[in-house]
Amino acid sequence: MKQHRLKRLYGVLFIVFCSALAFILVYFAIKDNVNLFYSPSDLFENPPQGRNAIRAGGLVEIGSLKRSTDSLEIAFIITDLKNSIAVNYIGILPDLFKENAGVVATGYFDKNKMSLDAYQILAKHDENYVPKEVKKALEK
Amino acid sequence: MFQTLKNFYHKLGSFPWFYKISGKVIPFAGVLSISLIVISSIWGLFFSPTDAVQGDVYRIIYFHVPAVSVSQVIYYSMSIAAAVFLIWRMKMAGVYIKSLAPIGAAFTFIGLMSGAIWGQPTWGTWWVWDARLTSTLVLFLFYLAIIGMQSTFASRKSADTAVSIITLVGVVNLPIVKKSVDWWNTLHQPASISITGESSISSEMLLPLLLSILGIYLFVFFTGLLSMRAEISTREQNKDWFKKVSNYN
Repeated sequence: MKQHRLKRLYGVLFIVFCSALAFILVYFAIKDNVNLFYSPSDLFENPPQGRNAIRAGGLVEIGSLKRSTDSLEIAFIITDLKNSIAVNYIGILPDLFKENAGVVATGYFDKNKMSLDAYQILAKHDENYVPKEVKKALEK
Repeated sequence: MFQTLKNFYHKLGSFPWFYKISGKVIPFAGVLSISLIVISSIWGLFFSPTDAVQGDVYRIIYFHVPAVSVSQVIYYSMSIAAAVFLIWRMKMAGVYIKSLAPIGAAFTFIGLMSGAIWGQPTWGTWWVWDARLTSTLVLFLFYLAIIGMQSTFASRKSADTAVSIITLVGVVNLPIVKKSVDWWNTLHQPASISITGESSISSEMLLPLLLSILGIYLFVFFTGLLSMRAEISTREQNKDWFKKVSNYN
């Protein structure tokens, strides 16, 4: 490669390097907020300070879902198979919400009771796409 | 072999050669890409099986995945063009970035919109500030910056140089878009299609999806060529070669 072009190649690499450095610095600045949710273990070992709303995510524990008969109030347990937190919520659930499926709950955390008063429930879909018929056959 | 590649590279930089060859390729690319899109859409929307968990709403994957995938590939190719422009001062690279940026922006927008439409029924929200969604929005903003910057310079050469630099700055964002779902907790699920391992989407659903991805890639090739020809004819309208090939003079 000719001398002047080699110089410009270094210039190009320098731009990419600086930009990568900028992104890395931004990452270190916001490191604690990049994760969308805390797992129950995060909340157990390292409970967040302050009274702000937080998000907790994991699986809805099998058999833990309790619905009120005369209101939209529900209670369930989010687990990561090591630790778990109890969630209370009043409102309508997304279609994909069910036991043993991924969920992200936003609300106010009480670290003494390990419980969350949620005001938003989001269902988390996994990467598996299976046809209805195949799933039925598998369950037989 | 190397000599042939080098010759091809030099030819790519020539506007008259590109104008001639692209004119021949465009009709084939257009017919092939649009028929692939039509076939894969019909296959995906009517004939592929319903998903066991999501129901029929999953079918938006046949638009969402091709759109976001091609928007990232366009950006990678634009950043290669940006390096080529800065190192070799090849004018064609500037034409490439200017012509492909709006197409990339359009597909990023389609990806974000279709994702939101899918997110509302499945997740329960249109938008959430997780790492995958936010980094894709950053990609969209880089596209907008590149498009906006084109017209802020008096000379074509300084515009192309500045745009190349901003394109290279944005390329660092692409690995973040790709790996965000693996590195952090996100609401967005990890990739379903795997090139090296086994895909976690059933093959009956995967086949039309691969076809729709191929269709969209070809469509971008087709519209990219059209857009580049238009850009070349604007830049070269007073050149002799262009007057010879165009019917206007």
